[in-house]
Amino acid sequence: MTPRVVFPNKILPYLLVAPQLAITLVFFYWPASQALYQSMLREDPFGLKSQFVWFDNFKKVLSDPNYINSIEVTAIFSISTAMLSMVAALILAVMADKVVRSRNLYRTLLIWPYAVAPAIAGMLWLFLFNPSIGSLAYALRWMGIAWDPLLKGDQAMVLVVMAAAWKQISYNFLFFVAGLQAIPKALIEAAAIDGARELKRFWTIVFPLLAPTTFFLLVVNTVYAFFDTFGIIHAVTGGGPGKATETLVYKVYNDGFVNLILGDSAAQSVILMVIVIALTAVQFRYVERKVHYG
Amino acid sequence: MAEPSSGSDKLMIGQSRTGIYVAHAVLILGILIVAFPIYYTFVASTHSLQTILRPPLPLLPGDRFIENYSEALFGGVGRIGGVPVSTLLFNTTVVALGIAIGKIIISILSAYAIVFFRFPLRMTFFWIIFITLMLPVEVRILPTYKVMVDLGMIDTYAGLIVPLIASATATLLFRQFFLTIPGELVEAARVDGAGPFRFFKDILLPLSRTNIAALFVILFIYGWTQYLWPLLVTNDNQMNTIVIALKKMVSFADADTEWHLVMVTSMLAIVPPILVVVLMQRWFVRGLVETEK
Amino acid sequence: MKVTGIAAGFAAAFTFYSTTSAFAVTEISWWHAMTGANNEVVEQLSKEFNESQSDYKVSPVFKGTYPETLNAGIAAFRAKQAPNIIQVFDAGTGTMMAAEGAMKPVAEVLSMGGKPFDKSQYLPGIVAYYSKPDGTMLSFPYNSSSPILYYNKDIFQKAGLDVDNPPKTWSEVWDAAKKIKSSGAAPCGFTSTWLTWIHTENFAAWNNYQWGTQENGIAGPNVELKVNSEPFVKHFQALADLAKDGTFKYGGRTSEAKQIFLAGECGIFTESSGGLGDIVKSGMNYGTGMLPYDTESQNTIPGGASLWVFGGKSEEEYKAVAAFFNFLSQTDIQARLHQVSGYLPVTLAAYEKTKADGFYEKNPAREIPIKQMMGKEPTENSKGVRLPNLPQVRDIMNEEYEKMLAGQQTAQQAMDNIVQRGNAAIKEATQ
Repeated sequence: MTPRVVFPNKILPYLLVAPQLAITLVFFYWPASQALYQSMLREDPFGLKSQFVWFDNFKKVLSDPNYINSIEVTAIFSISTAMLSMVAALILAVMADKVVRSRNLYRTLLIWPYAVAPAIAGMLWLFLFNPSIGSLAYALRWMGIAWDPLLKGDQAMVLVVMAAAWKQISYNFLFFVAGLQAIPKALIEAAAIDGARELKRFWTIVFPLLAPTTFFLLVVNTVYAFFDTFGIIHAVTGGGPGKATETLVYKVYNDGFVNLILGDSAAQSVILMVIVIALTAVQFRYVERKVHYG
Repeated sequence: MAEPSSGSDKLMIGQSRTGIYVAHAVLILGILIVAFPIYYTFVASTHSLQTILRPPLPLLPGDRFIENYSEALFGGVGRIGGVPVSTLLFNTTVVALGIAIGKIIISILSAYAIVFFRFPLRMTFFWIIFITLMLPVEVRILPTYKVMVDLGMIDTYAGLIVPLIASATATLLFRQFFLTIPGELVEAARVDGAGPFRFFKDILLPLSRTNIAALFVILFIYGWTQYLWPLLVTNDNQMNTIVIALKKMVSFADADTEWHLVMVTSMLAIVPPILVVVLMQRWFVRGLVETEK
Repeated sequence: MKVTGIAAGFAAAFTFYSTTSAFAVTEISWWHAMTGANNEVVEQLSKEFNESQSDYKVSPVFKGTYPETLNAGIAAFRAKQAPNIIQVFDAGTGTMMAAEGAMKPVAEVLSMGGKPFDKSQYLPGIVAYYSKPDGTMLSFPYNSSSPILYYNKDIFQKAGLDVDNPPKTWSEVWDAAKKIKSSGAAPCGFTSTWLTWIHTENFAAWNNYQWGTQENGIAGPNVELKVNSEPFVKHFQALADLAKDGTFKYGGRTSEAKQIFLAGECGIFTESSGGLGDIVKSGMNYGTGMLPYDTESQNTIPGGASLWVFGGKSEEEYKAVAAFFNFLSQTDIQARLHQVSGYLPVTLAAYEKTKADGFYEKNPAREIPIKQMMGKEPTENSKGVRLPNLPQVRDIMNEEYEKMLAGQQTAQQAMDNIVQRGNAAIKEATQ
């Protein structure tokens, strides 16, 4: 899995990981341990009265039918978002790698939407792409589609998946482009001389060589879909209609940050972390084995 | 496509001309979809307040470009909480650069240690770092704030930067990349008598250039677009970033909002990161040229 | 860590700087969520206060949206770094009241400043919302508004409706909306922001219907919701029926529907009185009227936000806060805030002055919410709505309303679900 050749040094590696480890411990693990403790408390937002309740919050959360609904919603949402944004980005990156003319212009135009802050994107979304009055909605209705994501759950899901995937396409594109650049052109030309057709060359040479990048992006996109999308959901659908787009992280955000039910919210985030760590461990065990390094 | 300019599409072996046309078409379509919101923001920034307030907004730019931009740029600094635009941009630049450079340094070091050394607890460290991918700020906001207060980091640049430079993404990326470096290269370096420092400086860093450039773009933008964290750890208007200032201008509910000026400010807020993207392209191109040699 | 060292150095320098200057001036912080033109008003007021005297200095700090501001305040309180004043939205009132010990009642703060709180100076409908059952004012109403009716005069004209007399009752609204739709004057007859705040909480108060027990939570926290009674079911069934053919158009859970009205898609619109600014600026030919009722009107209740004072600060700081609130209560300031920003005036004197200035003759829309709130002494159904978890209960309502408007359930089912789920959530939050 890793290069067998290593440097024989006893102290240096510890010094090298020390800065990151120190910051991680102070700003992640200490607060996280507090969150873990909080998941076993029942308390008011200001922390004036608190009661240690062991696993009551977990029991409560897991026996809530709405929570089970959230798990389903999250599965659909995350898989669709990760697939859509990665496939779209890969296609664009492969195309951008093929052309020479205007290549830099294309690349620039495809990356810079990423420069829009999520906070601004949410605002633009609401103002310009509002599901009921934005130009997009007009166009859809003009095409005869009964477009009303405010009341139709499946349309609302399509909308949040598109919004979430859109935000991530530039990111994925950038790394796929970087990955493609690292592939020696000579290798592909050699295969072409051997008579391999374009699609075959892609699947037999390019895609396997991109595997480390794809794997990295798979992890990052899964985590993104799970954790970083509450802002989009908040701006676009607010979890609605009903509970059709209430993902796990949106529920954590809404229960904790808006409704201030801290114990439940902390318990939910602990469960969420366990799910994602398990998912990632699976990805590492089964997917990374198939990834070709070097 | 016929003119013999240096930028024209030279066909590689095995490429068809139709394939190139398809590629151009796909890219243009992709750009239309991906860049449309930015374009639309620009369109909004060239219309009058009245037009913006009566949706739907036209698809083509309006005639208020000069009026709107000069009003936003020279009309009044007081619009955004009494903080000069230069201060806002300076703060945001410091934060974005600090986060990007800090993150790249600490992650490349730790990834180097994890891939090229064998030491007890190696994988433990990797997982300790890696799991932090999965902790959104909102979940740990109360305890993290307390840490910041205890360390006296409220209203400081360090407080804005340091907690955000410890994320696992960059470490994971460097690890993925380092794993693809052939063992023979390390072997050869060691035969040449290169120690870990020289190997890092002379071989690893140059090889990682494309990845560093890609990460720099992503991280600079990540830092530039931060909102919730700067909002929480600064109590002084002089420490505001441009995104916070922009949020201050926008009201959906009760107050009037100068939407046309908001759109102009949005454009200003996204221009610096775009410049970074454009400038970083050169690194990509150089990476390309070298691999083709 | 080197960086932390530098940070600590910075912090030390900063502390030194602020203690030396503290000899002269007492500085107080005000965390707020005001954006757009309202943010400029906050800055302007603070500046004027600071220039009007030399003992105190107030520093306003923008802390994001209402939930973000409240979270920042809570985080700061828990780290023992609370600001002096924090702005909290209407639905957070119950949360703040439950945090006894963390907050200091405004009535008490005002007494410390040497000017005892006199209830009779203030607008009753607003103060009742932010007071304890015994009448002690807990927080200082800063920006209050109340829902009113807006209509598009051009659409009314096209539909052959009376342009100068907007509908007064809900059944008149439904009829007018149908006429707008059937005449083709506009694709939709009626839309509204905030189905929770306007069509549930204000609908109850304005018609004098019971929303929940314990005076809707004002008298005590153990509330049982009563919104599945006949008038509520009838009202929402009417909305659900109109939604079927698009005569009523749902715009979203909070203020989003304003865009639909601005776009000229709907003829009639219920929205906060604070929404007036955008409608004026859009250049639409609009008219306003009182919020519709069923048969007889009582009074509406406010929305918006109020200023809370954190406990555990020094006597000097409370004096500074009291001085600032007294500054804000001045008739000139209140009248100006009311006329420029469109907030409801907090004091009666400011209302009288605005009236005497002839402001309402030119701006009749500004007086509507005040008239709605002043007419009658509030009853136990119309003082306001208060729950420690009102935002959560509003979420539940929104979810059930959306399912109802999508045709998945009847109004009766929606209201029964709200009562059942809401009561469970309230019980959970108050135990």
